[in-house]
Amino acid sequence: MKKRNLLILAGVIPAMLLTGCGGGGSEKTADAGQVIVYNWGEYLDPETLDMFTEETGIEVVYEEFETNEIMYPKIETGAVAYDVVCPSDYMIQKMIQNDLLAEINFDNVPNIKNIGEEYMKSSREFDPENKYSVPYCWGTVGILYNKTMVDEPVTSWDILWDEKYKDNILMQDSVRDALGIALKRLGYSLNTTSEDEIAEAADTLIEQKPLVQAYVIDQVRDKMIGDEAALGVIYSGEAIYTQRENENLEYVIPEEGSNIWIDSWVIPKNAKNKENAEAFINFMCEPEIALMNFDYITYSTPNTAARELIEDEDIRNSTIAFPPASELERCETFQYLGDEVDNIYNEYWNKVKSS
Amino acid sequence: MRSFLKKFYLFFIFVLLYAPIITLIVLSFNSSRTRAKWGGFSLKWYAALFENEQILQALYNTLLIALLSALIATVIGTMAALALNSMKLRTRTFWMSMVNIPMLNAEIVTGISLMMLFIALGNFLSMFGGSVTFGFTTILIGHITFNLPYVVLSVMPKLRQVNPSTYEAALDIGASPVYAFFKVVLPDIMPGVLSGFLLAFTLSLDDFVITHFVKGPGVDTLSTKIYSEVRKGIKPEMYALSTLVFVAVLLLLLIINYKPKTKKAGNTSEKY
Amino acid sequence: MTKGKSKWLLSGPFLVWTAAFIIIPLAIIVYYGLTTAEGSFTLANIAEIGRPENIKALLLALLLSLVSTVICLLMAYPLAMTLCSLKFNANGLIVMIFIVPMWMNFLLRTLAWQTLLEKTGVINMILEALHLPTLNIINTPYAIVLGMVYNFLPFMLLPIYNSLIKIDKNVVNAARDLGANSFQTFWHITFPLSLPGVISGITMVFVPSLTTFVISDLLGGAKILLIGNVIEQKFKQGNNWNVGSGLSLVLMVFILISMAIMHKYDKDGEGVTL
Repeated sequence: MKKRNLLILAGVIPAMLLTGCGGGGSEKTADAGQVIVYNWGEYLDPETLDMFTEETGIEVVYEEFETNEIMYPKIETGAVAYDVVCPSDYMIQKMIQNDLLAEINFDNVPNIKNIGEEYMKSSREFDPENKYSVPYCWGTVGILYNKTMVDEPVTSWDILWDEKYKDNILMQDSVRDALGIALKRLGYSLNTTSEDEIAEAADTLIEQKPLVQAYVIDQVRDKMIGDEAALGVIYSGEAIYTQRENENLEYVIPEEGSNIWIDSWVIPKNAKNKENAEAFINFMCEPEIALMNFDYITYSTPNTAARELIEDEDIRNSTIAFPPASELERCETFQYLGDEVDNIYNEYWNKVKSS
Repeated sequence: MRSFLKKFYLFFIFVLLYAPIITLIVLSFNSSRTRAKWGGFSLKWYAALFENEQILQALYNTLLIALLSALIATVIGTMAALALNSMKLRTRTFWMSMVNIPMLNAEIVTGISLMMLFIALGNFLSMFGGSVTFGFTTILIGHITFNLPYVVLSVMPKLRQVNPSTYEAALDIGASPVYAFFKVVLPDIMPGVLSGFLLAFTLSLDDFVITHFVKGPGVDTLSTKIYSEVRKGIKPEMYALSTLVFVAVLLLLLIINYKPKTKKAGNTSEKY
Repeated sequence: MTKGKSKWLLSGPFLVWTAAFIIIPLAIIVYYGLTTAEGSFTLANIAEIGRPENIKALLLALLLSLVSTVICLLMAYPLAMTLCSLKFNANGLIVMIFIVPMWMNFLLRTLAWQTLLEKTGVINMILEALHLPTLNIINTPYAIVLGMVYNFLPFMLLPIYNSLIKIDKNVVNAARDLGANSFQTFWHITFPLSLPGVISGITMVFVPSLTTFVISDLLGGAKILLIGNVIEQKFKQGNNWNVGSGLSLVLMVFILISMAIMHKYDKDGEGVTL
């Protein structure tokens, strides 16, 4: 290796960087046949994507995220121009408030008629005029318990504070979910902005901490199936799956009420293929497609037409997947309360975690 | 006795390191989807794996990015170590601290700051009609950046062991600096360079947070794929893939290790 | 060692890279750390470290990474010495055996530890079958330390191994001939010569483990708050990049100072080769 070669090498690397960055620019400019989808991981049947491409000729570029919070900065900064995203309720509200979403042209989404009116109504809690979002999946938060380890009827969040189950309780490891449970138990709204109420809820969580085996998010599923704990806080969509794996498990929405969540399709403002995005959303609302996705992910579908197509009667009438309206009345969706209130929640949650 | 203790100690650490790997391998044959329950022996996840183009594509991306980023980071990092070694103490401390920054920041900080940089660069380039596409190149740059400190930290100690007089002697008898470097210095620091490469490669395979922020749609690595499955439960296909990768690497190692032994003959029995 | 032009050539790519992809992003962090959300100058984000929860989180992180680093060192050093002395390790490939497990994905590895350590996990099933007392370290700090040691061990092993392998056997033998016992030989000859490797190893284990939190979440049951959690939470949940950056800056300065101190000792230890 001569000196000259080294010199070339030294020059090549920075040059490569720059051309590497700049050169890639042309390939992604919006040619008509593309839609860039940003969805939760494992959140639709991959086959439906192929079917969509077959039917419309639009190519799907598919990317996945794992939490609302990790998805948000990529949309906010405009790092990538996504066409369709699937955030949760409160995050949609935040995106609307920060002017990140485009209004959906519902002329291009005639299948919206398949979505049940009650879900459109719930959506109005975060998208007041139903302008920006189309519901895709929904569910509740409740207690999953092991019948062989809990002998009394589970009706209230109080059981998560019962000394008897010390070291047998799995709590949610996320600010709003954990504090939401404590707030609901105290009879407050889980969207409260009163610092006193939040503080009171945080105090009860500190009190509960010695009883908690672990704060978990996605581990509830496996740990409950493996008989690691007697009680766990879980999403209703997972309850059906866990019951299939371990028949001793039972799911309840406590009587104090809980959280009902909705994940909906939205179109970011900087989308380059808006019409394709609308075609995609419309396709996802087709009953057969919605049914395929329901079968694949087992999260409740707001698509009433699809629900009617479910063959298995037990599932179609499952009170876990489709709880009666009376139970849902006690549930609230999370709302985006603004960065300032979010910070209050975070501060109190940190106090719980560091206690 | 001493040799028994040594073997026992090696065995102990070996078990510690491989216990989770064995667990992964066992889980890959579990017909149940959950890691918490044994549902009987099954090869279905292997079958599913080979049908899953996304995972295979992610594997390809992961390996390519790991290899390239480790290679480039090793070249730049080794050059950096050489340069740093000849700097005055104060300048060296300054640049050492700089190069260590990606290591000492929380990953999310490095990730977001790199994302901001690429956005800024994109805005800048757009004035000249260019742009920055988040994708393979940006991931590669991110990985090289967080790999650098590990390479420098691996090469530096070796470099300090090098006796400068041999290098100077080579210069004295008329070797060009470059020639002298490749003939005299490089062989001495090679173990450090290699371990820098290995650590960089290892880190790159595992990174999730930084990759998340600098990646674009359609480009996935195994890490981003696995993390995105977390909410719905990690699919055992990933265990199957890990098993295959592991077996492949192990075979490769055995083959490389076996060759010189057959020539020397005699100690083949002492396989670990 | 290198002079003039060639020195510039060597440092060129590195300096360019560092400036472009380390210093500019660092400047972005500094900017966020020292401004409010509206963009005016403030020190409030830095002062955020003074909150009792944050101080506690920092101290806990320090404690856990310190313990893990010490255990890594105590485990890796004898391991490296043993590996160096192996006859059949002619080409150093045996070391790979200790790296390869790390090529399996981090999350899968850590979840596998869960499967092993849980109350109804594999280890306890075996212990129960043997009528031995069960092991209950899951969701405790012990499990966190185990996870950290497990994941960072190679980062300690490799640099130490590398600095040991090339130590001139003649030096060691000479010391022996002069009547030093094995401990004296180790303490006065082997250890000082391997010190640069040890310091690299300590840096590569201690520093990254300070900011991790995934291990603590998965194996420690997320029951304690570490400084890495706080920073990540500021960025993600609160979408508060300013405070997050401020806290990172504090942590960064803190680590840099401790490294500077360490390097000072390092230099005193072996200023010979410079």
